[in-house]
Amino acid sequence: MIEVDGISKRFGKVEAVRSVSFAAEDGRITGLLGPNGAGKSTTLRVLYTVLKPDQGRARIGGRDVVTEALAVRRSMGAMPHGAGLYPQLTARENIAYYGRLHGLEGAALTRRIDEITRLLDLGEFIDRRTKGFSQGQRTRVALARALVHDPQHVLLDEPTNGLDVMATRALRQLILRLRDQGRCVLLSSHVMQEVAALCDRIVIIAHGQVAASGTPDELRRRYAEADLEEVFVRAISDVGERA
Amino acid sequence: MLWTVVGKELLDNARDRRTLASALLFGPLFGPLLFAVLISVVIQQTVSDVERPVSLPVIGAEHAPNLIAFLGRNGFEVERWEGDLAGAREAVQAGRQDVVLVIDPAFGERFQAGLPARVQLIQDASAQRAARNVNRARGALNAYSGQLRALRLQARGVSPEVLRPLVIDDVDVSTATGRAALLLGMITYFLLAAMLMGGLYLAIDATAGERERGSLEPLLTLPVTRSTLLLGKILATCCYMLLSLVITLVAFAIGLSFVSLEELGMSANFGPQVVLLGFLLMAPFVLLGAALMTLVASFTKTYKEAQTYVGVLIVVPTLPILFAAFLSVKPSALLMTVPSLSQHLLMTALIRNEPLDPGFAAISVVSTLALGGLVTWLATLFYRREGLMG
Repeated sequence: MIEVDGISKRFGKVEAVRSVSFAAEDGRITGLLGPNGAGKSTTLRVLYTVLKPDQGRARIGGRDVVTEALAVRRSMGAMPHGAGLYPQLTARENIAYYGRLHGLEGAALTRRIDEITRLLDLGEFIDRRTKGFSQGQRTRVALARALVHDPQHVLLDEPTNGLDVMATRALRQLILRLRDQGRCVLLSSHVMQEVAALCDRIVIIAHGQVAASGTPDELRRRYAEADLEEVFVRAISDVGERA
Repeated sequence: MLWTVVGKELLDNARDRRTLASALLFGPLFGPLLFAVLISVVIQQTVSDVERPVSLPVIGAEHAPNLIAFLGRNGFEVERWEGDLAGAREAVQAGRQDVVLVIDPAFGERFQAGLPARVQLIQDASAQRAARNVNRARGALNAYSGQLRALRLQARGVSPEVLRPLVIDDVDVSTATGRAALLLGMITYFLLAAMLMGGLYLAIDATAGERERGSLEPLLTLPVTRSTLLLGKILATCCYMLLSLVITLVAFAIGLSFVSLEELGMSANFGPQVVLLGFLLMAPFVLLGAALMTLVASFTKTYKEAQTYVGVLIVVPTLPILFAAFLSVKPSALLMTVPSLSQHLLMTALIRNEPLDPGFAAISVVSTLALGGLVTWLATLFYRREGLMG
């Protein structure tokens, strides 16, 4: 369970996020949807404890992201924007490094990496250096790395960016599987179709604020629109007028 | 956790050829190699200068056959100067000749009469290179003059000793190792440079490189404090620097054993004991160097930017050594608190075969480690800063 309660964050004169509140439940996929620069990444960065909010608070699994940052990090797997792998290390070494920093070691670590290699179908390139990997391969390794400690909360920033159709499809199936295992998945995207196809709940963010949130059906009803894209456009322009 | 970070950084950088080459090859071997070549050239020059006959063009050689014969016996290749006096002056001025001897046409006449006979040494006093040959020519002429003086006095029944009221003996108290140490003082400079070079790429890669690759952000989402991460990176840098230090010391020990310093009247004290003690004296500097490079590199946004700033930083520890060389400072307790300078003074003493003051060594080790600890702490403070994300 991720609870966000009125967080704000400003960088100099720019107010990146303005009192954003929402909740993401366990066993649900929650999507942060918004145009580029809307504040999705900043919100996620606060949640995975890399940034501290200026105001408001957020809790993951009941723990505060500021005061209990280390505990939050243990129950959370994050895949920030861009894979950020070590090109000189093999895929296995990349994953093992994160596993060790999560406290896994020895046989338990080996077993877990084997498990995740099967899950994400990494077998073909698990022992190759990640230097020349395709975007899809990199994303899969980064995801494996984020999941190595079997986290309850999974936070993904633009996970399908740069992936081809097949890779996107495989990733989508994996995310659905994570949900079915009862995990709390929070992902961001600027692609409406992506979110519509995958998410149980949508939080539309624009200009650093929450423009609307709810299940896809709720949103369609509220705006009396059959097309989610229209909902998206109207929600964003509403906030734009207020701002 | 800490050692996981250290291990990863070591492995990651060991896979990078550029890092490895600079840490374990160019850095440590450049100094000893350059040094060996330099000393070999100096030795060759000094030795050959003594042995080689000096060519001495003479104008008017026919006026003083005995003098010419004397010069020939004393290591001069006397040759006739083809040309006139003005030509000789011009040749010396232009540096084509070091020195030209001109014998007065009246030389024989005055010599016979027991009057001072005149010779001229045409030389350029501002030409450093020629000074050696000019001095040898003047010395030979003085010796000839002295010989004749003694003969003439004896012929008149006077002891030549009457004309020697003073006897001046030069007593050179600099020991052979002491002279060598002047040259060998450069070794500390190379040791420091090699150490810093050894850690340079790792320090940059682990901070600015990590950020530029985009691997910093996911790393910060792991249940490890930023201080632990940074400490691991600094320690990994230390490992490379220590390795580089060992290789450089051993390379110097091996390299200097091939160079025959004895021909220069020097002996370098660079055996296994000096390698070991030198390692212990220099090693504390590793923490300070690693922490400084990491601190500076983590301020920068990109790999390139970090390379620029850390490249400048590498020069800083060599400045105190430069000052010490110009001002020829003597070791004191106060100077032992200055990192790099204290290592330089202690290393120089060690190579010079002087007794090592344990108090001084202790001050050097403690103060350098303390400063290293302080900079490490500053670096961890800085690493906690939010702007780190860029």
